Amino acid sequence: MSFYDEIINLQNIDTQASLKNTTTSKIASIIDKPKLRPDDFLALLSPAASDMIEQIAQQAYKVTLRHFGRCILIYTPMYLADYCVNYCVYCGFNASNDITRRKLSLVEVEMEAHEIAKTGLKHILILTGESRQHSSVSYIKDCVSILRKYFSSIATEIYPLSQDEYAELIAAGVDGLTIYQEVYDQKIYADIHPKGPKRDYKFRLEAPERAGQAGVRTINIGPLLGLANWQQEVFKAGIHAAYLQKKFPDVEVSVSLPRMRPQCGDYEPECPVSDSQLVQSLLALRLFLPRVGLTISTRESAELRDNLIPLAVTKMSAGSSTVVGGHTDSKDSVGQFDISDDRTVDQMRKVVAAHGYKPILKDWHDLT
Amino acid sequence: MDDKFKIGGKELDSRLFIGTGKFADYNQIPDVIKASKSQVVTVALRRVDFDIPEENMLEYLSSDVIMMPNTSGARNADEAIKIARIARAASGSNWVKIEVISDQKYLLPDNFETITAVEILAKEGFVVLPYMSPDLMAAKRMVDAGAAAIMPLGAPIGTNRGLKTKELVKVLIDEIDLPIIVDAGIGRPSEAAEAMEMGCAAVLVNTAIATADDPVLMAEAFGQAVECGRKAYLAGPGATADLAKASSPLTGFLRNE
Repeated sequence: MSFYDEIINLQNIDTQASLKNTTTSKIASIIDKPKLRPDDFLALLSPAASDMIEQIAQQAYKVTLRHFGRCILIYTPMYLADYCVNYCVYCGFNASNDITRRKLSLVEVEMEAHEIAKTGLKHILILTGESRQHSSVSYIKDCVSILRKYFSSIATEIYPLSQDEYAELIAAGVDGLTIYQEVYDQKIYADIHPKGPKRDYKFRLEAPERAGQAGVRTINIGPLLGLANWQQEVFKAGIHAAYLQKKFPDVEVSVSLPRMRPQCGDYEPECPVSDSQLVQSLLALRLFLPRVGLTISTRESAELRDNLIPLAVTKMSAGSSTVVGGHTDSKDSVGQFDISDDRTVDQMRKVVAAHGYKPILKDWHDLT
Repeated sequence: MDDKFKIGGKELDSRLFIGTGKFADYNQIPDVIKASKSQVVTVALRRVDFDIPEENMLEYLSSDVIMMPNTSGARNADEAIKIARIARAASGSNWVKIEVISDQKYLLPDNFETITAVEILAKEGFVVLPYMSPDLMAAKRMVDAGAAAIMPLGAPIGTNRGLKTKELVKVLIDEIDLPIIVDAGIGRPSEAAEAMEMGCAAVLVNTAIATADDPVLMAEAFGQAVECGRKAYLAGPGATADLAKASSPLTGFLRNE
């Protein structure tokens, strides 16, 4: 049994009918419930719930405050390499895009780490495209051994690995895994991943479980919003997070809801998601999973991010670059996508504090 | 009235311990400690950044409070032990609150792993205060392992739901010859007073103070509530009755015999 079996079961639920039939009085009763069921969570994604978004927000604010206090963890991504053998139609690193590819040498990794560490950050997320030739597990381990000198928590956002490979990375010092399914709808997944190893939907879907078995501390999952109906995608992501919480009770599970941003290439999202739909999704996730981490990246605008500080979010990136070597020298490289909020770590710390929240730079201590 | 609280070789006047995990601004913490009169403050090593003074919680604590590092983030005894050792080396304090949580959904402590950690750390000279689910047999094992106090939860961390485990905590107070300190769940000063009236030796509060609109005023309120509850316990509350005494006793007719 894996979450793949759950996904198959979820296909039998007529989510659209449920969403349509949800009433505001049903939403009012859900808001006050101490524990929500999956059908309650789905109802919070309905049009009726959008009419009551303020009441939902008030409750989500209280629940987040109780469980996380006035604290926002700040981290930054670091791109190690952009070589990729996949053909994801929405991605700037798509193998068919004629861009100059780059991979950081270990000396360059150290330079980037040094530059990022100057900002005071202790949590880093390292990224690569999918290329076992250019970004092998052993290369990533070598990078981690350098990064450990500078950071107390290292998470990866790379191609899906086997359980043994995850165990290797954990032993090397990785404590977190971020992997987005991109789209839970299997048909759309097949359409937008026409070639390459990423076509294997099930291998990607089960990656968090392999990492959990290997003993990772944190798992961050999510859909890439814009590729399919947002309510169905957010619903499946929430069920996926609940599944992981239950299966791996000692893992800190987080959900991100990245929205499509402009990137190299001409792909336009089929199902654009509005600000209010994004906020409704975050609030629904908070009430359904009170302890789940919720991440909002610099894909979103400064204005929206500022407004989200007291609203369910627990982690934010800052000082981001989606370019390989972007923290030191990025003159000739193309990013994976355009970021929207380009404020520095220092600026972001001040903004979070000005909202009455504590910017947290360190939330784990390397024990090895 | 001499009512010193003795623990780990120290004599304390205050029976309120403060947690530091959820404050919006570390600068509030000295004022919170002062207003509450607390003398024991717990700090998560995972949050202490030794590289940046303004992010180093230890810089905000005066030398007259006891710093009790906690092992937040530990998923098993081995991690808790490692964290405790690093914390002692960094802070110089040999107090440690053992927190082993292998359940991230409810944040309930793992009593089995906690017992193991208590045993090893007590042997290494730590003053060990284990956070635990209130279970008599587990508490006894922690006593045997060398704990300095037992810290049962009142309700899951961060819920502010009060003394949901009251009956089980009462059993610990009656049966365990160590200070019982309720940790987690206390949402209001009245609940802290209730725990103290029952005979708890102290309470530990974080969320209810840190997330109040005015944390310093709430800290003062908790300090006073703990004092009041303690005094009531020492005074020995009068017996209570569930029903008012009936003015016409049901057995009054027997007097006519």
